[in-house]
Amino acid sequence: MSDAQIRVSEAPVIRLETVGMDALMVRLFDAIDEAHMPWILAADRALREGFGEDLVDLVPSYTTLLVNYDVERLDQREASACIRDALIGLRPASTAAGREHRIPVWYDESVGPELPRIAERLGVSCEEIIRRHSERDYCAFALGFTPGYAFMGMIEEALATPRLKTPRQKVAAGSVGIAERQTAIYSMRSPGGWNLLGRTAVKLFDRERDDISLFRPGDRIRFEPITRDVFIEQGGDTTPLEERG
Amino acid sequence: MMVSNDDAALVVERIGPQALVEDSGRFGVRHLGVTQGGALDWVSLGWANWLLGNAPGTAGVEIAIGGFALKAEASMTLAIAGGDLGATLDGAPLPPNGAFAIERGQTLAFAQPVAGLRAYLALPGGVVAAPFMGSVATVAREQLGGLDGRGSALAGGDRLLAAGTCAAPREMPMAPALPREDVALELVTGAQIGHFEGASLFATFNSPWQVDTRADRMGVRLTGPELRCQLGGMISEGIPLGAVQVPPDGQPIILLNDRQTIGGYPRLGALSPLACAALAQCAPGTTLTLSPITPHQARRRYLATLAQWR
Repeated sequence: MSDAQIRVSEAPVIRLETVGMDALMVRLFDAIDEAHMPWILAADRALREGFGEDLVDLVPSYTTLLVNYDVERLDQREASACIRDALIGLRPASTAAGREHRIPVWYDESVGPELPRIAERLGVSCEEIIRRHSERDYCAFALGFTPGYAFMGMIEEALATPRLKTPRQKVAAGSVGIAERQTAIYSMRSPGGWNLLGRTAVKLFDRERDDISLFRPGDRIRFEPITRDVFIEQGGDTTPLEERG
Repeated sequence: MMVSNDDAALVVERIGPQALVEDSGRFGVRHLGVTQGGALDWVSLGWANWLLGNAPGTAGVEIAIGGFALKAEASMTLAIAGGDLGATLDGAPLPPNGAFAIERGQTLAFAQPVAGLRAYLALPGGVVAAPFMGSVATVAREQLGGLDGRGSALAGGDRLLAAGTCAAPREMPMAPALPREDVALELVTGAQIGHFEGASLFATFNSPWQVDTRADRMGVRLTGPELRCQLGGMISEGIPLGAVQVPPDGQPIILLNDRQTIGGYPRLGALSPLACAALAQCAPGTTLTLSPITPHQARRRYLATLAQWR
């Protein structure tokens, strides 16, 4: 993973939108693109610094940052001014701003039932799908759905697969899935409609760890295929999915 | 730090549809996908706490619909506020808003809604529970908060401990207004409102809306005229409290404390925090209207509410 691979988009036009009594949306872009993330990350840092104690929550996503400010200390005019001041002369963050993770994954039909289906659709082997899913770096665009769940992308266009028509009621924690051109890991057992390829033993959200959430927006992630034995050694749960897609 | 002792326990005897330990919620964590949580009717929790001299967001019990009962193992002062769920102390009716003494061996019970939907029980100094990410708010979906720290709702046999004592309970300065019928909820209009069709905007603010049965701590669905928006699927972005999102079926969903942190449906705006609290007291079938408000007006009313507790 080197900086040389990272594209950075042109400087965005910054738009502010009212979204609630104590919240403003900072809109930077209009489309999903990894090249936008250095700008989103830079804006995230600048806003955290600019607001300091007056910030209640800051939620970066693919193209926007939701600024939830303390209305006991700021009115909307003051919050808008604070955002504009913080973002003057914004420069894209270096990729070093996001951390890098290698996530070992046991790719297997028993825990990733869509693996053979996607292989069949493309007329290639499961090994080929595994290779193509694990050969590139992904960027964490946003966290949501459940604590520590990161929406990552982009996967290669040929692998893009729509969500399941009927979501599963229970998807095991650690399940690795794809939906359209994004990929993600289920951070806890939950319902879910992504196409599953495998499972990791890595805990994405661990209250006993200093970094409770392993991922943060802007982090870079690469998957590393491992065998069933290594998965078990790492503490992985090999229980097959209760429901087929 | 407050010291609790086991003598001061309230033992949960039965729970109704839902009883949860809630405080003001988790903040500064939504970028990690962790929801806000906290009391849906934060105004009533604030009053219950105020009656005992607690800070407004101190942990209490959110009792939905009723059916909840507990027995005191020690004498102490408690307070309730919010919805009138037919509370009784050893069978004698209690006012829905006020502080009262409970003696060792007495039972506090909630029957069913007379007005409103959720009652809040405050304990002196608050309910003892270990905070996680700054809050004890119970979020089952995230396995966070509550007495066990794992997101479990209260259950029979649970012991509620008070974190402090209350020497001099206060009296309610006025009866809080509970929504009964013709509830008007104030909506801070958002930038995306311009993408809705004119007729839909007219309908939004001029038609009655019904609270649907699909209502929980994540969100409340309204049924009424079909709203049309020119924005199709949007790229997911952060969702503020009270966001009024309109999925393709044209029926708005108001997103509350346990909402997911990001989402991709177009929004009319967001209910004011006071309107969110009022909505939490509206049973399915309640008719309500939406009225536009500016962030400035909403903030002024919000600050005036907080000022009552100083």
